[in-house]
Amino acid sequence: MSARDEARASGLARIRVALGVTEDDAYRQAAVAERLERHPRGTIPARARKAPEECVALLTDMLTKQGADVSRVATKQDAVGAIASYLGSSGLPPRLRMGADPVLAALPWRDAWDIERRFGRAEPTDKASLSRALVAAAETGTLFLVSGADNPTTLNFLPEAHMVLINASDILGSYEEAWDRLRAVYGEATLPRTVNMISGPSRTADIEQTLVRGAHGPRRLHVLILG
Amino acid sequence: MENSSDTFKTNVAHALADVELQKALQNVKRGFVVKREAAKAKLPEFDKLRDEARAVKDHTLSHLDLYLEAYERKVTESGGVVHFAETAADARAIVLELCRELGAKLVTKGKSMISEEIGLNAHLEASGIEVVETDLGEYIVQIRGETPSHIIAPVIHLNKEDIAQDFRRVHKQFATARKLNQVQDLVAEARAVLREKFLKADIGITGANLLIAETGSSVIVTNEGNGDLTSTLPRAHIVVASIEKVVPTLEDADTILRLLARSGTGQEITTYTTFVTGPRRDSDPDGPVAYHVVLLDNGRSEMLGGVFADMLRCIRCGACLNHCPVYGAIGGHAYGSVYPGPMGAVMTPALVGIDHARDLPHASSFCGRCEQVCPMEIPLPDLMRAWRERDFTRGNPPRRERLLLKAWAFAAKRPRLYHALANRLVPLLAWLARGSGSIGRLPFGKAWTRTRDFPAPEGKTFHTLYAEKERSQRR
Repeated sequence: MSARDEARASGLARIRVALGVTEDDAYRQAAVAERLERHPRGTIPARARKAPEECVALLTDMLTKQGADVSRVATKQDAVGAIASYLGSSGLPPRLRMGADPVLAALPWRDAWDIERRFGRAEPTDKASLSRALVAAAETGTLFLVSGADNPTTLNFLPEAHMVLINASDILGSYEEAWDRLRAVYGEATLPRTVNMISGPSRTADIEQTLVRGAHGPRRLHVLILG
Repeated sequence: MENSSDTFKTNVAHALADVELQKALQNVKRGFVVKREAAKAKLPEFDKLRDEARAVKDHTLSHLDLYLEAYERKVTESGGVVHFAETAADARAIVLELCRELGAKLVTKGKSMISEEIGLNAHLEASGIEVVETDLGEYIVQIRGETPSHIIAPVIHLNKEDIAQDFRRVHKQFATARKLNQVQDLVAEARAVLREKFLKADIGITGANLLIAETGSSVIVTNEGNGDLTSTLPRAHIVVASIEKVVPTLEDADTILRLLARSGTGQEITTYTTFVTGPRRDSDPDGPVAYHVVLLDNGRSEMLGGVFADMLRCIRCGACLNHCPVYGAIGGHAYGSVYPGPMGAVMTPALVGIDHARDLPHASSFCGRCEQVCPMEIPLPDLMRAWRERDFTRGNPPRRERLLLKAWAFAAKRPRLYHALANRLVPLLAWLARGSGSIGRLPFGKAWTRTRDFPAPEGKTFHTLYAEKERSQRR
């Protein structure tokens, strides 16, 4: 047995001694297996159980309170327009870092011919990035971003300004609904390398409990709700 | 990690006399307490969620061996490696070995109380590895050579002027004439300094607020995003977490996450809550190629079977510190331990032994606010009382204290004697107060009245009043 295996065996043995149980208790094993398989929900707050349009309103409200800028865009053309004007009005160069997300790729970028798009993981010099959130939970204004070539995780943290597009139809009420959406995409009991629940721009209140935005991550979070 | 809990009384005297510390501690009451109350008011299901979160943890702890096995299986499936560590020394050795294998020169760290508990930084530094804390508060604590004074707000004991001085001392690369009088200036400077470290780091080490057995994920909650840069940019990510952090499923994590930030900082949710599962996948353009989890026991399995098992539900939100009148008066450093406040008064004796931390469970008036605000419904006063009992049965209290307690017990067990003594003492104390309701100087209790007044009795004992009332009603 390797040292790692030995440490593992003795670690589990100590716990079993303390609990007064044995390894092969079928009743306990069944209880654990059942919970992992059924993953029962706890109480979902009433505020998360709302009609889709109300969820959009709640998400917007929560994100705004938490320091993000939120705009609703009706069409893909409007989305590109909003991205261009946000870069302009924020004094950022017309350059965007983004991944290979098909929803983002399908935007009418020819309308914003002056925006230079770079693809792949974020570089330290990138000022602005664009991602797509797979799903959102309105209850606390929380966007779910998943890692992968479509939306690399570094886009969420390295640039100063982070833009996130989400389809209005992907805005759900609770975290639980969001996990079920992820399970539908990735399979049961499987997650991508990173799931970032993002609820505002980077902030710190470590010094004298004074709130400052832009601690290590993006100073600005701009959310575009499409549809 | 060094422990100075056995000099608690001296530490307290220093803390109470420290004007700057007293000024800084006012921020705890102004901030966290008010914000938590507001966040709780906005979530009517808060107390119901507390009951459920408690049940989640109790279920998990009673099946801890099996959930850890399930968790490990999923981590392995996703390409990560789990290491069990019985002691702090084992955990340190495992991390150092990993750093050597991976050829690490620079390690960035997300905030982790477990790494404080095992004294990880000093251990890695002794082997020539540069370790940089990246949480703003932890970074400040590190450059000051201190330890955090609060589990979620490491520099709550400092004012911005203190920090500006430290930055001028350490950040020699910037112009000496620069402006550093606003909190924003300090944050911007730390961001610039730490950004370079993030980009150069070979390994990122984070803690975990939760581990998920269902998926093999580790979860961290942060506001700054430092934990994410730590877990994403370097070529390896090491998680150090204690065994009781595991919960069964994503849904169970939801229940606890709904309580964590609201109880701690009073936010509805922290800015970032990140679920990490294994190393980067083949198609991922970023993320570390290696992922290791070090699971620390360090006395926890021993707690599991005994009276202190309830403490293993703790999610380290900090609410008990924020609401504790003792913490509010002396701050975190006086406790002399990694974990201060009520949760620390229960945890520290379990980690270092009651003989080295015997004052901590006594540092409570048992007002009960800690238990009232604990999202996991941990009976902290009961647990502190349990430590006091152990302390007494081990014969630790000094002779004078034991004699006084014995004398009191002698009287308390004899009602007639007790009433006779009380009937004489109460009027005496009332006379000492001279109608003011409090006593400024107590004979034989000068140490007590030096920093506060002793509340005086009204003049009659409860028994006397009760008897009088009975008599008047009968008439």
